[in-house]
Amino acid sequence: MKYETQAIAKWYWFAALALFAVQVLMGLIAGYVYVQPNFLSELLPFNILRMLHSNALIVWLLLGFFGAAYYIIPEEAEREIHSPAIAYFQLILLVVGTLGAVLTYMFNLFDGNPILGKQGREFLEQPLWVKLGIVVAALAFLYNITFTVLAGRKTAITNVLLLGLWGIAIFFLFGLYNPANLVLDKIYWWWVVHLWVEGVWELVMASVLAFIMLKLTGVDREVIEKWLYVIVATSLFTGVLGTGHHYYWIGAPGYWTWIGSIFSSLEVIPFFAMVVFTFMMVWKGKRNHPNKAALLWALGCSTLAFFGAGVWGFMHTLHPINYYTHGTQVTAAHGHLAFFGAYVSLNLAIMTYAFPSIFRINPYNQIANMVSFWMMSSAMAFMTFVLTFAGAVQTHLQRVMGMSFMEVQDQLALFYWMRFGAGVAVVVGALIFIYATIGPRKEATGLEGAALSPAE
Amino acid sequence: MNRSQTDPFEGLPGHPMMWILVGSELLVFGGALIAFSAARIADPSGFQAAQDHLDRLAGLFNVMILVTSGLFAALAVEAMRRDAPDVARRHLAMAGLLGFVFLAAKGAEYARHIADGFTIDSGAFFTLYYLITGFHALHVVLGIVILAIVGRWPTVANIESGAVFWHMVDLVWLLVFPVLYLVR
Repeated sequence: MKYETQAIAKWYWFAALALFAVQVLMGLIAGYVYVQPNFLSELLPFNILRMLHSNALIVWLLLGFFGAAYYIIPEEAEREIHSPAIAYFQLILLVVGTLGAVLTYMFNLFDGNPILGKQGREFLEQPLWVKLGIVVAALAFLYNITFTVLAGRKTAITNVLLLGLWGIAIFFLFGLYNPANLVLDKIYWWWVVHLWVEGVWELVMASVLAFIMLKLTGVDREVIEKWLYVIVATSLFTGVLGTGHHYYWIGAPGYWTWIGSIFSSLEVIPFFAMVVFTFMMVWKGKRNHPNKAALLWALGCSTLAFFGAGVWGFMHTLHPINYYTHGTQVTAAHGHLAFFGAYVSLNLAIMTYAFPSIFRINPYNQIANMVSFWMMSSAMAFMTFVLTFAGAVQTHLQRVMGMSFMEVQDQLALFYWMRFGAGVAVVVGALIFIYATIGPRKEATGLEGAALSPAE
Repeated sequence: MNRSQTDPFEGLPGHPMMWILVGSELLVFGGALIAFSAARIADPSGFQAAQDHLDRLAGLFNVMILVTSGLFAALAVEAMRRDAPDVARRHLAMAGLLGFVFLAAKGAEYARHIADGFTIDSGAFFTLYYLITGFHALHVVLGIVILAIVGRWPTVANIESGAVFWHMVDLVWLLVFPVLYLVR
């Protein structure tokens, strides 16, 4: 860590890891409800569990991105963050908003109130006051980082990161638009959900991976920047019109089936480019950086994102296939590995890289961290496989044979038990990760110089 | 590090990002033509009947227009390499002008289809016809804009990049025309 304000990232990542723990715990409970449907049905009904599982994920990933921006931007722009006070204000705003949304939803506070009550839209159910708070936090954040970058050195990494973060804020605004027409509602709803994860989040992913590659492999910045531009161009080219794969069956005009099928099947390209990029950089790299765990997470990130988002996405993105698989466990399989591979691994990679430098100690608990990588990754892969099998069986029984939904669910119980087992391993892996990165640690050994040698 | 090991674009004319764009475009149009062919296999007689409403002569006319316009783009590159920017600009202007002729002919075709009652919702053939040719026409518009930009700042690299894009646009029409208009 070269700049004091990079330590702001620490607080964002503490909050992110706390929510990560909540997220996987909720997922585990929800996975148990699949096989024991009455579990906690009075106290924490399934719809709330599911909301907490997915929304805690989105919020902690965003907190992780903000932390990554506060860590990366000073080093790239070669100056301190414009205003640390605004950065902490933004974090407080986000934490208050998150707690507000969770409490409102759990206890159904202010039911029906247009400003204080929940809005009832999946993933965008936050009360209006929370959404407006998020907008204020986003504006504060963009002001803070944009002015830091404008006053300092401009690199391809900061340009792409800024583009991605501005995009996240702009597309969130469509969450405030709530038309009465359900088709219109869904069309704009996807502008938040899809254009985030298959658009601007990919820009954040590419720039953070580029930063990690720059630091860990020592490959020339010029080479890394070329890759970065190729990845950005292909992800926007395929991802924006790829939104069409969500418009197949919501009542949008029929030509979307073709636009969605053609463009979204190419969305695998930027993810494949990221795999080639990260592995090429490591092979060509001259530097032998001691933080092997960060390298493991970074390579795991691009690889699992390629399979989870790219391959598993392609599996059901063509509309003649999606006609049968829509809304089955195939979607759940894809969603789990895509989020874990692309964005969870990305956040854990940058945290693994940056925490030792923020704490000014050697990369520590490397073994525990690597154990957590293999536990979580293999458990997520196992979960993805069993859900894919469940989805194939479900598609056949429900959509081809015409059995009823609940009858089919009984047939899937074995898969759900295996998914629950995988979930236990993920939760244990997540706790090991948290312990390995921010748990109790030994005093610095005086070797920081070797571990934290400047990268350029 | 040896540059040629990391830069697969070395030796290609124009800007490397233009080749990334051209590659992506070819994948999209390729995907669209595969989708069209797959949809025709599912409904051969419907596609046959719908295709009879297309004007093959108008499509062929546009092939000639775009190929000729591609010649002018190539001449512009050749002129610029001889360091004759004014000649290059005249050739670019001709290429762009033929682009407008293409758009006018295509527009007249659309007008006739719509007058005959065939819209983007008139079955799979017409949905894909409008999507593919419309997407291509948008690229002709974008190509004219790119030719104007590189004509305003004429360097060899810029004009090469513009010509690469323009050749992609006419190459795509050479593939679209037989698949949509001719294949029986």
